[in-house]
Amino acid sequence: MEKISLQIDQHQIETERGTTIIEAARKSGIEIPALCYMNLEGMCIKNQPSSCRICVVEVEGRRNLAPACATKCENGMKVRTSSMRVLNARKTVMELILSDHPHDCLICAKSGSCQLQGLTNKLRIREVPFEGERNRFEKEVSPSIIRDMNKCIYCRRCETMCNDVQTVGALGAVNRGFDATISPAFGNKLSDSECTFCGQCVAVCPVGALTENDYTNRLIDDLNNPRKTVIVQTAPAVRAALGEEFGFAPGTSVTGKMASALRELGFDKVFDTDFAADLTIMEEGSEVLARLNAFLSGDKSVKLPVLTSCCPAWVNFFEYQFPDMLDIPSTARSPQQMFGAIAKTWWTEKMGIKREDLTVVSIMPCLAKKYECGREEFSENGNPDVDYSISTRELAGLIKRANIDFRSLPDSDFDNPLGESTGASVIFGATGGVMEAALRTAYELHTGMPLAKLDFEEVRGLQGIKRAVVDMNGFELKVGIAHGLGNARKLLNEIRRGESVYHVIEIMACPGGCIGGGGQPLHRGNSAVLKARSNALYEEDRSKPLRKSHENPYIIKLYEDFLGKPLSEKAHHLLHTHYFNKSK
Amino acid sequence: MSYNMHILVCGGTGCQASSSKTIISRMNEYLKEKNLDKEVQVIATGCFGFCEQGPIVKIMPDNTFYTQVKPDDTEEIINEHIIKGRKVSRLLYKEPEHHNPVSDSKHIEFYKKQLRIALRNCGFIDPENIEEYIAREGYTALAKCLTEMTPQEVINEIKLSGLRGRGGGGFPTGLKWEFASKYVADQKFVVCNADEGDPGAFMDRSIMEGDPHSIVEAMAICGYSIGANKGLVYIRAEYPLAIKRLRIAIKQAEDYGLLGENIFGTGFGFTIEIRYGAGAFVCGEETALIHSMEGHRGEPTTKPPFPAESGYLNKPTNVNNVETFANVPVILNKGAKWFASIGTEGSKGTKVFALAGKINNVGLIEVPMGTTLREVIYEIGGGIKNGKKFKAVQTGGPSGGCLTETHLDTPIDFDNLIKVGSMMGSGGMIVMDESDCMVAVAKFYLDFIVEESCGKCTPCRVGNKRLYEILSKITEGKGTMEDLDNLRNLSHVIKDTALCGLGQTSPNPILSTIDNFYDEFVAHIRDHRCPAGKCKALLTYHIDSQLCIGCTLCARNCPTNAIAGERKSPHFIDTEKCIKCGTCIDKCKFNAISIR
Repeated sequence: MEKISLQIDQHQIETERGTTIIEAARKSGIEIPALCYMNLEGMCIKNQPSSCRICVVEVEGRRNLAPACATKCENGMKVRTSSMRVLNARKTVMELILSDHPHDCLICAKSGSCQLQGLTNKLRIREVPFEGERNRFEKEVSPSIIRDMNKCIYCRRCETMCNDVQTVGALGAVNRGFDATISPAFGNKLSDSECTFCGQCVAVCPVGALTENDYTNRLIDDLNNPRKTVIVQTAPAVRAALGEEFGFAPGTSVTGKMASALRELGFDKVFDTDFAADLTIMEEGSEVLARLNAFLSGDKSVKLPVLTSCCPAWVNFFEYQFPDMLDIPSTARSPQQMFGAIAKTWWTEKMGIKREDLTVVSIMPCLAKKYECGREEFSENGNPDVDYSISTRELAGLIKRANIDFRSLPDSDFDNPLGESTGASVIFGATGGVMEAALRTAYELHTGMPLAKLDFEEVRGLQGIKRAVVDMNGFELKVGIAHGLGNARKLLNEIRRGESVYHVIEIMACPGGCIGGGGQPLHRGNSAVLKARSNALYEEDRSKPLRKSHENPYIIKLYEDFLGKPLSEKAHHLLHTHYFNKSK
Repeated sequence: MSYNMHILVCGGTGCQASSSKTIISRMNEYLKEKNLDKEVQVIATGCFGFCEQGPIVKIMPDNTFYTQVKPDDTEEIINEHIIKGRKVSRLLYKEPEHHNPVSDSKHIEFYKKQLRIALRNCGFIDPENIEEYIAREGYTALAKCLTEMTPQEVINEIKLSGLRGRGGGGFPTGLKWEFASKYVADQKFVVCNADEGDPGAFMDRSIMEGDPHSIVEAMAICGYSIGANKGLVYIRAEYPLAIKRLRIAIKQAEDYGLLGENIFGTGFGFTIEIRYGAGAFVCGEETALIHSMEGHRGEPTTKPPFPAESGYLNKPTNVNNVETFANVPVILNKGAKWFASIGTEGSKGTKVFALAGKINNVGLIEVPMGTTLREVIYEIGGGIKNGKKFKAVQTGGPSGGCLTETHLDTPIDFDNLIKVGSMMGSGGMIVMDESDCMVAVAKFYLDFIVEESCGKCTPCRVGNKRLYEILSKITEGKGTMEDLDNLRNLSHVIKDTALCGLGQTSPNPILSTIDNFYDEFVAHIRDHRCPAGKCKALLTYHIDSQLCIGCTLCARNCPTNAIAGERKSPHFIDTEKCIKCGTCIDKCKFNAISIR
């Protein structure tokens, strides 16, 4: 790459040709404020509409101010990032944004983490000189996401995530001028659109326009209800990110503190979704082997590849976009739902609790999980297997509300029997993790031999699509892994065209897998954070005494006591599902 | 077949709306009846430009110019003029100054100072007949380029001519072509920007309606010079007649082998497709236009990359406006030097303007660059309507500026107009008289911008809305002097920070009116008075008790019962109830009611 040299403020800077002013400045420690700009480095995700005009800078020789996010550095360029002309323009533009923004920060869900609020403070804006009309859009409350477009600053990040990254196409710009806003087509609600509830729009929204539907008040009511037994399950990715809300560096695993905090909050049992993840491997792994064997023995009714089905946004995606391929994904329910089904049958029986008196709550890195809880097929006589799901962010908020000093909490273990897990289940939270866990079990079940090396490095990492060939004692198993629905679409299109070479494919809707989920502390496009979270999960896997799902003693016991064997009739009834055509 | 006489009837949109189609069919019927249809040919031409006086009928070869012709006049024209050789003097144009009929259009003041290059064929040929275009040197420039010149030579010729983009930006056309020619790609595009959107402007529409082949020819020439074999015309769907004539022109050119593969046996091929716009003003901005053509939301994107590098479908694309293209064949036929001899130092050739507002001769004119505003308004335009006083002229469309008496001797060209705080724009020219309120005028243009902003960038989406709201406040008499400062600062910030040309120029009407009509703003703010008497909220209606005889007519017609008074004694108006509709003034026979 050609090196060029330019001056930004007082700094003489060397950079590569093609670098934008904002990136060159950032690398030299000069932070040019911006609202719409977002660069998810290493994942080819960039939102750069250059529309907020906050990052404008003065470039010598140029008539008007230049957006630093979209202007490339030139050799010999002289840039001033905060001349008085720039400061005045930036202040005025901020005042304009604020003149069409509700000033209800006191009760806004994003208060404290809102980038508009932060910048308002940084620019020391103390009054808004412009009075006038404000947009009045109706607020939409879906099971997962709340959309309040009155707070939208039209940065278009959500649109980029929904269209370019996820290729879902639920959100787009509508109307013109002052009335311009982001909406599903024809002014429909998210619930009536092809939205998968992946929540990536929420993960990048700089303001309170897109937030999760918060269930913590309902949880407080239930914990406060003496007639209810309230148990909780926590997804693998939560432990790798929750700490960030309490000042721990990204990638700090807080499993033990989290269990203590949940106990402190008053849950009757603190269980782990990881237990159900091990169960998923048993069912899904067995299904994969069964389908593979049938296929290889010439059964034409069996289709390959098998697709994983843990991710509810991914399930929504193929139900909307690939309804012709509903027979390909594994029928195994997600770990969250497997947990609920077991808790409300086997465990209630064991404990002598009535189903109606048990509340199953899940802590998830995900917003689609909120929607998944409400799917009709996951309930019995109107009583859901999992009552509701709260996100990592909501849990952090509740811990703070309850005055729990998270940082100084001692570590504690999960309760048994639904809290025991192996290393294989922990890595479910990172892209490639489900595949790696499945390979560990499938290999041993298929070959009957112990696996020499447990780490499948080739399926790890943040590359959009990963491919690997695994030698299963002579048989070459071809696996594919995609994270982000845009990548998933590529693999799905290959299958549709009959060009897919894979036997098994793992798909996670969110960038990086669940660690980058829409319910996590906002990643806002920072891939370094995702890498750190992913490392935390692999670290925890390494430190576990048991690292293969089929070795989990409580899983073995569950099959002995209750389910029989994987894919048994009971397992089918409780742990498997079917899919619906949602295309219109 | 050759005819002895031709009757040219304007077939432009304006004259068609005044029944020119009926005139043509009645003429044809009557000529047949009189057995003259083999000797006299009726031709529907493009726009003559003198729209104020339409429908226009011109008899050739003697150049007799009939105005405001009605379908019922057709028989008289044929009986008198064609058969008996006597001019129908009541249909001849009469100059507003001396009221004497002028027969030959060359002697009409409106045409005297005009020089028609882009409009050379408008009002002269049948735009639906390629042979008439060919007879006027049509497609000879294309032939010359393809057979005698290299692409670079064509570009050099255009560069030498000094032609600058007529769509508003004024960027040198030859340079633009050169940029596009330098990029190497498997596919390049030539785009004709026919998304004319300035209120009241119809230059491009008239060219496409009156001389569509000139666009087809120029696009092919451009394609040859930059290495593109595909042309696209982006035209607003509200221009059905222009679309129809372009379609006919493209089909005819294809039939004649002037479009398609291997043109003139040179191996160069070029095709043209039409793309329809839905009428968004911002789609005249080239990046927004390209996105709209691609099927995306019509929104601009930051330049660079310029379309020459990455345009339609991310391929090198050259976008020129209709009028720019219309000049190209003539330049290549007559030579760059000839073209460069017309106009001013920095702006060569002519410019077409849509002259409108409070002016006697409303219409489409084409003048050499360097003509003064005074010449345009007073000589070509025939001065201000109804003997009123000139107040301002707005050039450059909604993002231009308002110029005053002191600017009238400014020679019109790209740079001069910018120097005095306005711009050339695509050629809208709206004249205002003393009864126009300049605050209201600024508000009118902002209203247009607020309506037409795509909403993408903050300054344009919110800023223009706030400018409009402050102006509204001032026209309602609720403004403060601080508002005036806010207007200025906000206007400068919008110009400095907006993403595209629309936003970067949108505050121009405000800044130029504040600069040139500061007192008028102050009158609204400090004195709560609208000097022009236009801002309703600042007006009060009064009945002069001396003049009112108590006839009760006003009171009976007032829609809000705001007028009271005994019969046969002076009435009075309750200003609280009065909605200032003006009905009472219209009804009063004694001039007793006035506005203050």
